[in-house]
Amino acid sequence: MTAYTATVTVRLKRGVLDPEAETTQQALERLGFELEDLRSADRFEVDVDADDADDAEARATEMAERLLANPTIHDYDVEVAEA
Amino acid sequence: MSVAVIRFGGSNCDRDAVRALEHLGIESEIVWHADGLPADPDGIVIPGGFSYGDYLRAGAMAARTPILDDVRAAADSGTPVLGVCNGAQIGSESGLTPGAFTTNRSARFQCEPVCLRVENADTPWTAAYDEGDVIEIPIAHGEGRFEIDDDRLAALEDDDRVLFRYCDADGEVTDAANPNGSKHGVAGVLGEDDHVAVLMPHPERASLPDIGPTDGQGILRAFE
Repeated sequence: MTAYTATVTVRLKRGVLDPEAETTQQALERLGFELEDLRSADRFEVDVDADDADDAEARATEMAERLLANPTIHDYDVEVAEA
Repeated sequence: MSVAVIRFGGSNCDRDAVRALEHLGIESEIVWHADGLPADPDGIVIPGGFSYGDYLRAGAMAARTPILDDVRAAADSGTPVLGVCNGAQIGSESGLTPGAFTTNRSARFQCEPVCLRVENADTPWTAAYDEGDVIEIPIAHGEGRFEIDDDRLAALEDDDRVLFRYCDADGEVTDAANPNGSKHGVAGVLGEDDHVAVLMPHPERASLPDIGPTDGQGILRAFE
């Protein structure tokens, strides 16, 4: 078994309104920053002991499917690295 | 036998629901989620509140507690199930009902009376109304914006599974009358069967004559 960290990034699907990101963008603009757009995402770092990287990725993917993301509104991706 | 009102850590409309049902002469009891569902309840209410502090997403944690398996089984066997506000978020997170309720367009918590147009009066939840009726019921949520992809929304509409839409006092569904940016103004939907429903507005807060309008009574009468 090897220690891995799986990083799960969950973001809203393109086209789904993100009021918090819009509010954040407006606040940045009030501070004088110029920007075209801003998107936010949630990042989860999951430490697992797994047989190999594929096993770690499969487990983190199931976590995303079953809880971390809501497939109605979210896309997600999973990256795995040895811890 | 009575209506089970499920209490999670952070539920806060459970007693309101019991009081409103009591006013209508409908027996109910609060059930702590970890105790499991009593056998053969007459109905199930998943009440409003902030279960588990809205961690991750509103309703996400409660939707994955074991009692939701009991709720799904009861729903499959015909028990009426109503999710209100946080209960609606739990219902959609658990797959009992379609779509998702997410951050309001305003990015703020909103607590205000709204008008709803009855879209389908041929359900247990709306039998007290006529299609097109306008009823006034309060909302109190920060994550009530109904989201779903266009194809699935069209399918819901074709199947008459939209129960209520936000509207103005004349029953017009307009952007200005939509408090949270919900797609097509959807405020409440049916599950796969019409005895399962969720809505963001609070019928239990519009059921006691002493505190204001009583337009919500008709929804709760589904449990009679």
